[in-house]
Amino acid sequence: MPFGNTHNQAKLKFSSEQEYPDLSKHNNHMAKVLTPAIYERLRSKETPSGFTLDDVIQTGVDNPGHPFIMTVGCVAGDEETYEVFKELLDPVIEARHGGYKPTDKHKTDLNSGNLKGGDDLDPDYVLSSRVRTGRSIRGFCLPPHCSRGERRAVEKLSVEALASLSGDLKGKYYALKNMTDAEQQQLIDDHFLFDKPVSPLLLASGMARDWPDGRGIWHNDNKTFLVWVNEEDHLRVISMQKGGNMKEVFDRFCTGLTKIETLFKERGHAFMWNEHLGYVLTCPSNLGTGLRAGVHVKLPNMSKNAKFEEVLTKLRLQKRGTGGVDTAAVGGVFDISNADRIGFSEVELVQMVVDGVKLLVEMEKRLEKGQSIDDLMPAQK
Amino acid sequence: MANSFTRMITGRNTAVLMAMGAGTLATTFLLSDNNAAAERRRFYPPSADYPDLRKHNNCMAAALSPTIYAHLRDKATPNNWTLDQCIQTGVDNPGHPFIKTVGMVAGDEESYEVFAELFDPVIKDRHNGYDPRTMKHPTDLEASKITSGMFDERYVLSSRVRTGRSIRGLSLPPACTRSERREVERVVVTALSGLKGDLAGRYYSLGEMTDTEQQQLIDEHFLFDKPVSPLLTAAGMARDWPDARGIWHNNGKNFLIWINEEDHTRIISMEKGGNMKRVFERFCRGLKQVEHLIQERGWEFMWNERLGYILTCPSNLGTGLRAGVHIRLPLLSKDPRFKKILENLRLQKRGTGGVDTAATGDTVDISNLDRLGKSEVELVQLVVDGVNYLIECEKRLERGQDIKIPSPISQFRK
Repeated sequence: MPFGNTHNQAKLKFSSEQEYPDLSKHNNHMAKVLTPAIYERLRSKETPSGFTLDDVIQTGVDNPGHPFIMTVGCVAGDEETYEVFKELLDPVIEARHGGYKPTDKHKTDLNSGNLKGGDDLDPDYVLSSRVRTGRSIRGFCLPPHCSRGERRAVEKLSVEALASLSGDLKGKYYALKNMTDAEQQQLIDDHFLFDKPVSPLLLASGMARDWPDGRGIWHNDNKTFLVWVNEEDHLRVISMQKGGNMKEVFDRFCTGLTKIETLFKERGHAFMWNEHLGYVLTCPSNLGTGLRAGVHVKLPNMSKNAKFEEVLTKLRLQKRGTGGVDTAAVGGVFDISNADRIGFSEVELVQMVVDGVKLLVEMEKRLEKGQSIDDLMPAQK
Repeated sequence: MANSFTRMITGRNTAVLMAMGAGTLATTFLLSDNNAAAERRRFYPPSADYPDLRKHNNCMAAALSPTIYAHLRDKATPNNWTLDQCIQTGVDNPGHPFIKTVGMVAGDEESYEVFAELFDPVIKDRHNGYDPRTMKHPTDLEASKITSGMFDERYVLSSRVRTGRSIRGLSLPPACTRSERREVERVVVTALSGLKGDLAGRYYSLGEMTDTEQQQLIDEHFLFDKPVSPLLTAAGMARDWPDARGIWHNNGKNFLIWINEEDHTRIISMEKGGNMKRVFERFCRGLKQVEHLIQERGWEFMWNERLGYILTCPSNLGTGLRAGVHIRLPLLSKDPRFKKILENLRLQKRGTGGVDTAATGDTVDISNLDRLGKSEVELVQLVVDGVNYLIECEKRLERGQDIKIPSPISQFRK
């Protein structure tokens, strides 16, 4: 926060041992990586905007985690956080992203023409297709740390850029604090509206401060391309539609993103990006592509099969309920998406989803007919 | 440990300096930070950061103006606590049309000085016209002065007095570091271990209690849990939960202390039945002994002439005292004049679950409305006289007799 733990100088009067958090009951990546020695070395540092180690880890201290679900437990307050606190964040990133090393380079590929297939997922099973990512505007602090002035500046820039989109991307911005009841209901019915976060994981990091100031939703007239402003990240960009034409969704996603990036550049602003971490976002779990490409798919038989989890793991896919993260599946319909974010390009990740979902649907059809799926078992990707 | 000892000395020296300088303005610091952060602030003048309070109904939103914000935004207390940190809870919680919350907190004792331009009008609004710039707050913990402090137990089920105390030299719960919070715990628990006789007791750390101990404390209605109210969480006082939080109570289970919840300490004296005088007597005795025990080690409570005892929320300044009873008033509580009678007696009703709960059956919680500008003895006597009056009304209604609305008790605001 532009305040929060920034009375760091006062804190340095106390010894490192006196300040060290009690992480004995904790199960998150931060708690597994942090040691008194690391804490001692990093506690006197701060980023140029004043974000400190305690700011980074507060959410992980306040939320011990769950025995089954390993949360990240730290956030960035600005682009420099990942540099200044790399001694903590590099191992967290490595643990969260399957061994991604501090020396690894991440490739970005938003050329949707490189995707093979993806336009023929069976709509009897695949109910909807969606691709989302996030973007941060270089030079501004991230949601846990930004002041009201900065957040409003991010909103203003984003709204101006989005207002220049044309054709099938032409759309309108709805500021959360100015929305009429009718607009609000429409956005809820369209499944577009985001609300003030209630998850303690998010609240503890300070990203919900001053709600709903500076927050809003933009979407195109066709309701297939949507941007969230100042929720968990500066921007969340979403392309979605009913049915199984993931290729069309991804085409629109890439076109829209590229146009938005150009519009920002014309106004003298770039997205936060570097060779090692790819696109820089608030949560280390979203680094790299920040991309989650997924479908809502009917798999009532497959999901009851003993091999379901194994197949997902081999395909590098993840299942969620249809309400999104941490929800349960309803009526055999699952949200299936890529498990990875970094170390693979956008095209590679969407390809995994397209190929993987195709296979899952084939398996579902076999099981419907009472046939075996053994010959369809994939190798580890 | 060497560091704790040094800290203790610093605390004592600071305490002595503060005591000598009572009533004078604390030194104001400008935010001492590096060039990049300073440049960032120049790029965003106060007007760019001014909160949108158009939908807000709290004391902070009513008192804040762009001018005040511009004067105070770049100031900080010696601990580097800022105005934005004080008001965050009020910005995040617009309030309710019927309930006017305070909307700001202090991060340390100096907050009330450095940000007086905003705190003073908020205090005046919340405390019925009490003007910290011109008035003095009286402190009186002589329980022997209470008269008629034994209630009719056919009506009064239980009696309770609570207040809070802050340890001078350590930041308050919204701002404190983990070390400071642990220091508060250490200082207070050490002092409490010196209590004897009917006040002797034991400490249960929240993080270390066994399941059995936890259940016992829940059954006794002693256990406090991590705050869920967004009013409290937005102020940052739940950070690092449950580190350095705990409950102490005496063996008799009628004197209880909460450590590091919303304030450094909350002190509670309670018992079943209507002996409010005894409850208050134990309250005063316990408070004085705890104060003496911390003073022996060079610590003090935060207190000054203008604001009395300093606590996190401006609503608890002065005495920080809430003296109340759980009382059955089946007829009176349904009488249309009940609200006005309470208002004139400067009393408040709550449900039996405490603030913002509903009454169960005919039992209500009745306590003093005021905290600042009247002494502890005055407030408890007011509750005693008021509750006795309510009981009289109930008895008259039982007998089919009429009741009168009493004349309003005087306060500062005309």
